[in-house]
Amino acid sequence: MNNDLLFDFNVDKAAKTVYITREFNAGLSLVWDAFTKAELLDQWGAPAPMRAKTKYMDFKEGGRRFYAMISPDGVERWAVQEFTSITPKTNFKMYNAFSDKDENRELPGSDWDYNFSEQDSITKVNITIYNESFERLEKLLEGFKIGFTMTLKNLEELLTSLSQES
Amino acid sequence: MKQDIFQAIADPTRRAILTLIAIQALTPNAMAEKFDMTRQAVSKHIKVLHECELIKPQQRGREIYYHFNAKKMQEFDHWLAQFRQNWETQFNQLDNLLQTIKEQNNE
Repeated sequence: MNNDLLFDFNVDKAAKTVYITREFNAGLSLVWDAFTKAELLDQWGAPAPMRAKTKYMDFKEGGRRFYAMISPDGVERWAVQEFTSITPKTNFKMYNAFSDKDENRELPGSDWDYNFSEQDSITKVNITIYNESFERLEKLLEGFKIGFTMTLKNLEELLTSLSQES
Repeated sequence: MKQDIFQAIADPTRRAILTLIAIQALTPNAMAEKFDMTRQAVSKHIKVLHECELIKPQQRGREIYYHFNAKKMQEFDHWLAQFRQNWETQFNQLDNLLQTIKEQNNE
């Protein structure tokens, strides 16, 4: 990571809101695409060792992205994002909710608001996540933990088999 | 149903109760007095705070005193730090992706 780039993460517990600000060393158009195009989103949109897989994405107001977070052992956790407002290359808002593999949503979800601005070829992205229930986020994090634990286990197995070979 | 900690903290009265008992343990009656609320209203708030383990009851003789559970708050903060870590990982992945795309475009 380039340490000159800003990364802010603040939580207003009372307002049930998470504020995230991050700068990227790239132009606005490219960063906007990375956040709004499935083929790019899937390349970064889940913290390794998890990976993201978009089943479909219709990026327009009222459209949806139906995607899964997949852990290394293949467990899929599905979610639906519904785009509620889009101002190209400036802002988009969505409502995010977990779902089953048939797109049946588990409500409530959370409101996400993304703002983009560019200065001196550095693009700043502000993300506000509102009313993300703690339990719901806990669930999300649980998935990441499972993924990470699996990876460590795989590594252990690999190291064991390597040490037996030598 | 387990109470959501965000929901518990979102209410200004419950935040005030937490602030107050962080200083000293109180009985429900003492809380009702301090906040000029009915015993019933206080009980509702206590129930929410107790269910998400932000406060802990302690029996002293006939009275129940409620304490602030700082450990639970720390757990919550720790959990948020992990959430932050996840974002950091994703954004670093995006940095790499943007770099790769930029290099491809310049070729």
